[in-house]
Amino acid sequence: MSVVLDETAIGEAVDSLIGQIRVTAERGRVAIVGIRSRGDEVAERVCAALEEAGIEHHYGMLDISLYRDDLSHLAENPKLQTSEIPFQMDGAHIILVDDVLFTGRTIRAALDALTDYGRPARIQLACLIDRGHRELPVQPDYVGATLETARMDHVLVRLKNTDGEDAVELVKYS
Amino acid sequence: MVPKDFLDIASLSREEVELLLEQAVPFKELFTRSVKKVPALKGKSVLMLFYEPSTRTHSSFEVAAKRLSADVIDLDVPHSSTVKGETVKDTVDTLQAMRADYIVVRHKMSGMPMAIARQTKASVINAGDGAHAHPTQALLDAFTLKEVFPDPAGRKVLIAGDILHSRVARSTSTLFGKLGVEVGFLGPGSLVPRLGPEGIVRFTDFDEALQWGPDALYLLRVQMERQDVQYFPSLHEYHRVYGVTQERFERIKGEGIYIMHPGPVNRGVELCHEVMDYERSLINQQVENGIAARMAVLYWLKPGTLLRQGKEGKAGGKGNRR
Repeated sequence: MSVVLDETAIGEAVDSLIGQIRVTAERGRVAIVGIRSRGDEVAERVCAALEEAGIEHHYGMLDISLYRDDLSHLAENPKLQTSEIPFQMDGAHIILVDDVLFTGRTIRAALDALTDYGRPARIQLACLIDRGHRELPVQPDYVGATLETARMDHVLVRLKNTDGEDAVELVKYS
Repeated sequence: MVPKDFLDIASLSREEVELLLEQAVPFKELFTRSVKKVPALKGKSVLMLFYEPSTRTHSSFEVAAKRLSADVIDLDVPHSSTVKGETVKDTVDTLQAMRADYIVVRHKMSGMPMAIARQTKASVINAGDGAHAHPTQALLDAFTLKEVFPDPAGRKVLIAGDILHSRVARSTSTLFGKLGVEVGFLGPGSLVPRLGPEGIVRFTDFDEALQWGPDALYLLRVQMERQDVQYFPSLHEYHRVYGVTQERFERIKGEGIYIMHPGPVNRGVELCHEVMDYERSLINQQVENGIAARMAVLYWLKPGTLLRQGKEGKAGGKGNRR
């Protein structure tokens, strides 16, 4: 087990993500939607930066538990959290934000969840960390950092508001 | 470990109760979307086994299951083989062959859902058995109470009516007790058990009960069909002594007491017409909350039909997203 990104490195990854999203957000109002949990915290940081720069945007949170494709295989269903989509989904330009992009299954679920709120004009994807090993044809539009991992490794992300500190650990499969 | 069945309130821990009440919130939130359906139980089947008539509970479970994308199969009991002499055991064996994942049971005999649960891998949900339990009603009642009192501990709820024959009174008072709510029973002496559960205050006089200072008044439905003996002289007399008359309604309004009722309401018996438009009547909210509470139960249970055999099954999938 080793810390692969410390607080400084995570700060840089978030800044990089903000820089890329900002270019898009300046061209027209976007809705930043964080996937719970931790994707919402990354999304909050992006929104805070847009706010500071005076760029108008919407913010939402999405819980995708009810859309997972593996519920039948779990001994216990994930605990639900509320979703908050306080804007009109029809015609919106959504930037979906998650902490780690891995198989792409969470994003598949999130796309289904989003479209049950309406018909967005466009959906883009932002992730703090892309660790590879996709099982679905999903690719991010904005990436904070890329991590080389093996398929069976675990990437553990801890963020300040959720876990008390900023750190990314890589647990090697053995 | 998540249980297979949902049979009564007494066997739930405080933590399980809190979890279910919390989980009902995101389900209720779905009702404000244009698409009210989620795919969580896609491909699963819910079998409705109602040996007793019920419109509300039946349709509430049906809506709950359909909003989770499950298939609902209604076993038309009055016209089915039970009339032709098939035993419950044989019926269950037949159901087993239909591979239902969830069975929602209502029966006039206390304990029937447990008996069925022991013989099937499917999750059995008790939708009311005799005078024993109606646990999903209790859950929706607690959910409704929590919407007006987020921390209900120490609040007082007066349950009025035929306590003796009521599975609602039994389950709801048990659940309220788990949440630290003070419960009072009010009704004719013949219909309020003298030796009730511990900690429950007993009243036979309505005005005395109001003196106790309840935050909510829970009116039970007068169930003529469940009484073999007449416990009170007439419906008119019941209304005068144990119903919310216009006169009592004025006092209830003045004190801001919330009103609950499991439905369907007998107007002019448990309550006068005016109560239906009372801003602190939670009766309609109870109906909507019933769907959310039942969705939370269906989502929480793990039927034995789903767990995979052998090494394929993931034991501790506590919700790590990928």
